[in-house]
Amino acid sequence: MAKELLKGNEAIAEAAIRSGLEAYFGYPITPQTEILEWFSRRMPELGRTFLQAESELAAINMVYGAACTGARVMTSSSSPGISLMMEGISYIAGTEIPVVLVDVMRGGPGLGNIAPAQGDYNQIVHGGGHGDFRPIVLAPASVQESIDLTIEAFELADKYRAVVVVLIDGCIGQMMEPAELPPMQPIQKRNQEWAVTGAKDRERRILSSIYIDPEDEEVINFRLLERWNEIEANELRYKEYFMEDAELVVIGFGTAGRVALSAVRAARSEGIPVGLLRPITVSPFPYARIKKLTELACGMLVVEMNSGQMLQDVLAAVGGKIPIEFYGRMGGVVPLPDEILAEIRRLCYEPVAPSADPRKSWMKRMDIAKN
Amino acid sequence: MGLNPPVETVYKRPETFTQTTTHYCPGCTHGVAHRLVAEVMEEMNLQEKTIGVASVGCSVFIYNYIDCDFVEAAHGRAPAMATGIKRVLPDRIVFTYQGDGDLASIGMAEIVHAAARGENITAIFINNANYGMTGGQMAPTTLPGQKTTSSPTGRDVEQTGFPIRTAEMLATLDGAGYIVRRSLHDPKNIRKAKKSIRLAFETQQRGLGFSMVELLSTCPTNWGLNPIEALQWIEERMLPVYPLEDFKVSPSLSQVRV
Repeated sequence: MAKELLKGNEAIAEAAIRSGLEAYFGYPITPQTEILEWFSRRMPELGRTFLQAESELAAINMVYGAACTGARVMTSSSSPGISLMMEGISYIAGTEIPVVLVDVMRGGPGLGNIAPAQGDYNQIVHGGGHGDFRPIVLAPASVQESIDLTIEAFELADKYRAVVVVLIDGCIGQMMEPAELPPMQPIQKRNQEWAVTGAKDRERRILSSIYIDPEDEEVINFRLLERWNEIEANELRYKEYFMEDAELVVIGFGTAGRVALSAVRAARSEGIPVGLLRPITVSPFPYARIKKLTELACGMLVVEMNSGQMLQDVLAAVGGKIPIEFYGRMGGVVPLPDEILAEIRRLCYEPVAPSADPRKSWMKRMDIAKN
Repeated sequence: MGLNPPVETVYKRPETFTQTTTHYCPGCTHGVAHRLVAEVMEEMNLQEKTIGVASVGCSVFIYNYIDCDFVEAAHGRAPAMATGIKRVLPDRIVFTYQGDGDLASIGMAEIVHAAARGENITAIFINNANYGMTGGQMAPTTLPGQKTTSSPTGRDVEQTGFPIRTAEMLATLDGAGYIVRRSLHDPKNIRKAKKSIRLAFETQQRGLGFSMVELLSTCPTNWGLNPIEALQWIEERMLPVYPLEDFKVSPSLSQVRV
């Protein structure tokens, strides 16, 4: 297939279709709506299911029902809509069925705005609804990577009977880039041995997230945890740039990681030995790799489009061994490469103590910048 | 020889009913409603193609009693889950079984939109005028003046509004094919309820749109009545508020003889 100029949201939708998506249920919300609109045209012409639900709450529960039949299904939304879906996500995780979800993040909290942001990191990576479970979270930084990771999301969901979230922001959802779509895959009837399809010529099946006896529920919790350990061992993905001789390391995911790459390139041209780690799975998170990097580097800079939500995971991985700085923009503001370059220079020429609080010193710098 | 005439079975446990006892309180009509659904499934030979959607409430464990594939929905979301199933498996029979807290309070949006879309599913709606499982709190269906654990001096309509007549409301939607209210307070009405459940499943099988049977049911434990008093309470107190009528019957159903 040749490269085409594709919009992120539409590319994700088409990639899902070509992965054999059987049904999509969703609700309009900016900056995600193009996904819904793309499906509204494409799914009926392919004889597949598209339904605009009355709310995100209904959409995720329609997905839940359809997924229980063993069909390949997905939904998509943006931050406030994802909050509404949390109930269903937890039930899906508790029932151990595969579902793919796309979150095109926007500024918040509350109604916030429709500009790109990464404030859902906690709600998705450390949240995902009540109870003990973790979703797999993939964080692409380009239209091509969004396509590739959407395809992979379905495979991971099936493999682990898990919730897989493709986590992007309005920037990746809305921008157009040359990218290549995969060839069309037909719908594969998978006849899952757990699926609820009508008890013909087999024992009946019940799909539920209720385990009224606490001892039984604990068994499920352990099973989910064991599966998670397997995911952590096998599915960790990240990308490194200029890391061979790096003495300083920048860490950022998605759009923030992409903007940081421009800054890292600029810093390299100034002779600063800096590399970039871009987590592709933010869940599971590359704790071990970051820990390893503390032996090679003498300082880290975490860049996010939030108040330092992933920063907490980096701090946990680093364990105070080397100094960490943080730079974030919030509320829908996207950092410019020059802002991050200035932070890389500071990390290089004005090193801080490992004990310094990166969020507090960032706030102080932002305050100075405002005045 | 000739002294013992052959025994004819006139009544038996339906094959679609599991061999177990229910967890319901003595005098509760959930068991009756379950059995009616099971009998209809058996008569229509639907066991192998039916997927039930259990809801949250006392009937959360309905899948222990009706012998077919089941899923268990979140509170109020059974119609959405049923929609998801039916859309990918349109030739299966999909039904929800929901109480009044589930369907008429937290799940009102889902049931209204399923009906409006003409979703080809069947909802069995148990109206017992309170939240049974959590211990008898006020529901949207609670009668004016009715005492519950969250309206201890009786439902004050000035503060908490009025009972919702769900069947009447859903019948205004063009997507609805069959909407009736029946009661389980005596044998005559139980027979009528069964006929209506049959017609609701016939509606679905014929693709005539959304179908719902609202069933007035007892909750003796939370009403503080014995089983017989509870049946009388339906007749005396609930019937004046919730008339037993056919609110919407698709014209195509007139040819169906059950």
